[in-house]
Amino acid sequence: MTDKTLLRVENLKLYFRASKGVVQAVDNVDLTLSTNEAVVIIGESGCGKSSMAKALLRLLPRNVDTYSGRVFLNGTDVMALDDEEYRKEIRWVKMSMVPQAAMNSLNPVLKVGDQVAEPMMVHHGVTKEAALEQAKAMFQRVGVPVDFVNRYAFELSGGMRQRVAIAMALVTLPDLVILDEPTSALDVLTQANIMNLLKRIKKEISTSFILITHDIATSSELADRVAVMYAGQIVEVSDSYRFFSAPLHPYSAKLMASVPKLRAKSEPDYITGQPPSLIKPPTGCRFAARCHKRFEKCSEEPPVIAQDGRLVKCWLYT
Amino acid sequence: MVAEPQVIEETRAARTDPLLSVQDLHVWFELRRFGFGRAGYVRAVDGVSFDLYHGEAVAVVGESGCGKSSLMKTILGINIPTKGEIVYDGKKMSEYSRSNLRWYRSQVGYVQQDPYGALPPFMTIQKILEEPLIINGVKSKEERLERINKALEEVKMTPVDEFLPKFPHMLSGGQQQRVVIARAMINNPQLLVADEPVSMLDASVRVEILKLLRGLQERHHLAVIYITHDLSTVRYFSEYIFVMYAGEIIEKARVDDLLNNPSHPYTLALLAATSDPDPKNVDEFQEVPPGEPPSLVKPPAGCRFHPRCSHMIDGLCNVERPKEFKVGEGHRVSCWLFKDVQ
Repeated sequence: MTDKTLLRVENLKLYFRASKGVVQAVDNVDLTLSTNEAVVIIGESGCGKSSMAKALLRLLPRNVDTYSGRVFLNGTDVMALDDEEYRKEIRWVKMSMVPQAAMNSLNPVLKVGDQVAEPMMVHHGVTKEAALEQAKAMFQRVGVPVDFVNRYAFELSGGMRQRVAIAMALVTLPDLVILDEPTSALDVLTQANIMNLLKRIKKEISTSFILITHDIATSSELADRVAVMYAGQIVEVSDSYRFFSAPLHPYSAKLMASVPKLRAKSEPDYITGQPPSLIKPPTGCRFAARCHKRFEKCSEEPPVIAQDGRLVKCWLYT
Repeated sequence: MVAEPQVIEETRAARTDPLLSVQDLHVWFELRRFGFGRAGYVRAVDGVSFDLYHGEAVAVVGESGCGKSSLMKTILGINIPTKGEIVYDGKKMSEYSRSNLRWYRSQVGYVQQDPYGALPPFMTIQKILEEPLIINGVKSKEERLERINKALEEVKMTPVDEFLPKFPHMLSGGQQQRVVIARAMINNPQLLVADEPVSMLDASVRVEILKLLRGLQERHHLAVIYITHDLSTVRYFSEYIFVMYAGEIIEKARVDDLLNNPSHPYTLALLAATSDPDPKNVDEFQEVPPGEPPSLVKPPAGCRFHPRCSHMIDGLCNVERPKEFKVGEGHRVSCWLFKDVQ
């Protein structure tokens, strides 16, 4: 591995206990990420993409059944750290997150400036004044007027709140920011603004991004590489250029075909059927039941095949 | 009485009477200051007019807070217009009696945005679909069941018997939205109002639901008002687009005309900000007009888009409200840039 590798995830598993059995939300996921790279994880709802973000940041609910695998950040295995070490050294120091519906995740009774300053005080032990200065600098960077530090969340528009949430994730200058659906609740113009902001930040500071989304069209604004998730597994990883022009996995192709396009004449098509239950996922390829290219082999678990630097988990490419 | 032969201005006008006619509609909400007097009005809908004909699908596009939901709720008879009139099938809504209103509501189907929130969690699918029939006086149980079956088959929820005893939480998002559509269709309405019917659904299901709605629209010759903020889905669904900004409709056009020849600077901005999946997007910044939509309590004078517009004509755009100019067949735009186009 070259020293440019920032994050390497191996065999990451996150299973939850539910009343009907064990939900295999994240099942043996491998992923690598370089410094200053943006990887987009796309998939339908319920495919485990948000659980994967939680697994990486160790923000786990109480009903965890299995949580295993190895996550190397700058070469150190962070899964080996205990919770207190992880909290002190990794979370919000090296890795931070903009949660889903971030605009509604701000504390309504704290000033937004204080909320952005808090990670600096907790993790870097600076005084409140110094932290507020940092928060102001970060506000400027994300395009929020500096005097907004004294406002409350309800006094800001949706786009501004989203920017504040991004400022909060960036204030400690982490190596990696995980964005969970950062634009899905926003209007078209605000969405474009936020994507512009993320692009600019990516150029200005060498942060890496993991962008989790189901909005394929918007994801193409930021993606260097694309990982497609289906039923808890990553089925394809590809550079964005080749992915958006010719996806490999049948599921990726179907997913791309379902995107309504403004400038193309093609009719979008939908995927028949529904994703399998993650409690007892089918053996073999999990997409087989909905796949138009399935053949006998598909009843066996497909291997991950490397093809010109792209990875695809499908029997078609053996 | 035979009508005078008129100069037919637009192909649309050549058809007979409109099913729904919205005339200079204003919907203002009063703001109170601690119970003493008025602090002003939120001008959610400010002077909107359009006609909708039988079997015609129209998309209303705009950002949140532009008044599209207020417009929709007024058409549904939930909000009362401050000024202006809604005429349905030649009858003025302001003159409706209670029984008229009940009849009107059976004529208009409503597809809500969030299917999970729109379906009562404690009712089975059968009860959910039966209720509007009971309210509208379908007395025979057999007939009700027959119509429920037919409605569910139309939204492709088969086998029907399997779904009838289920509760909403047992269905997937797409299936829930199908139930919402079946409920909207159960009284055989003439007009369907769909408020962002697919925004809560996954990409792969989205297209399926839109195609289903389109199929129903064509089969039953329905008039549909499709409210959305996503321009990319409009092309597959409707014939006309109305673009709304800050309580006004600023551009009306056929879908193809609007996409190929957008006129209003705001429409251009909306189109530019809608991305298609393209790896080249990474290298370019998107063009976005500065600022945010204005407050509807004190909207800017003149054109409401002028503070954000790069083509602003000083002394005109910031003073006088633009008239509707005709830029093509059935293509109208409220922008002073087109004042010389005739």
